[in-house]
Amino acid sequence: MSRAVIRDSLSISIAVGTYGAAFGVASVAAGLSLLQTCALSLLLFSGASQFAVAGVLGAGGSAVSAIMASALLALRNGFYGARMAPLLQVRGVKRLLASQITIDESTAIALAHEQSSKEDARKGFWLTGGGIYLFWNLATLLGALGANALGDPAQWGLDATIPAAFLGLLWPRLTNTRARLVAIGSVALALILTPLLSPGIPIIACVLIPIIAGWRVRS
Amino acid sequence: MIWSAVIGASLLAFAFKYLGQSIPQSALAHPRIAKIADLIPTALLAGLVAVQTFANKSELVVDQRLAGLAVAAIALYLRANFLVMLIAATVTSAILHQI
Repeated sequence: MSRAVIRDSLSISIAVGTYGAAFGVASVAAGLSLLQTCALSLLLFSGASQFAVAGVLGAGGSAVSAIMASALLALRNGFYGARMAPLLQVRGVKRLLASQITIDESTAIALAHEQSSKEDARKGFWLTGGGIYLFWNLATLLGALGANALGDPAQWGLDATIPAAFLGLLWPRLTNTRARLVAIGSVALALILTPLLSPGIPIIACVLIPIIAGWRVRS
Repeated sequence: MIWSAVIGASLLAFAFKYLGQSIPQSALAHPRIAKIADLIPTALLAGLVAVQTFANKSELVVDQRLAGLAVAAIALYLRANFLVMLIAATVTSAILHQI
């Protein structure tokens, strides 16, 4: 295994893992308990979906809305899994473990090394996924403990942490005109529907925009 | 109520991850499905930014969260690190809340 894979995997694990602290803070600020916050990082383990659960529940949405918003964001992990399966070739318990750590970053590292060495790509997937899992969960616990000690979320500006986190997750996706139009359309639709529907539903309705935008694609 | 959301969301996310690992890749290779799937996170994240910034239950309001978001956007434009961006947004909102 090349040193480059180990170095890449470790640095991305620490960098991304520390964002777990932001989730811990945001989740407790949204009204989830320490245990519920840590359970999301241990069991759900997909950043955008976790922020969605906290965000929708914090805004007064129902459990069903929170689950739907989270699930729509988690759909992409299924596509990553389908892309990773021929590379990983795992069964049984190993497939269960691989599934849990099939996220944006582990897939990206594997794809980056796949051309030069399949062995490096596999190692990169396991090291990055496992490393992020470790650091993400540790950081979540620390963030949640910190937020628990602070008290009123708005007083500390934590009411702005969740929207800023979503903007940070959205930003790298706005690389082409189609994606920007989808984002603008979704902002408009969510705001129009907010006064009309229960909290959480306007976010789920945004799934209509990519269905319209993606339907006419040929290549 | 919160626990059912935590468990339900976790089970579904794991089901997607596991199904993806277990079905033939060709089943998801249709260009239309791939394009829509690629755009879904963009739409949901944009919707979440909007609602989390402007919604107070079913009401639309403009408050210190918008200032925090504007600072976050500037930080991202300047290619700031994710945590630096979050702290800048949080501090902005906290200061405005005090005034």
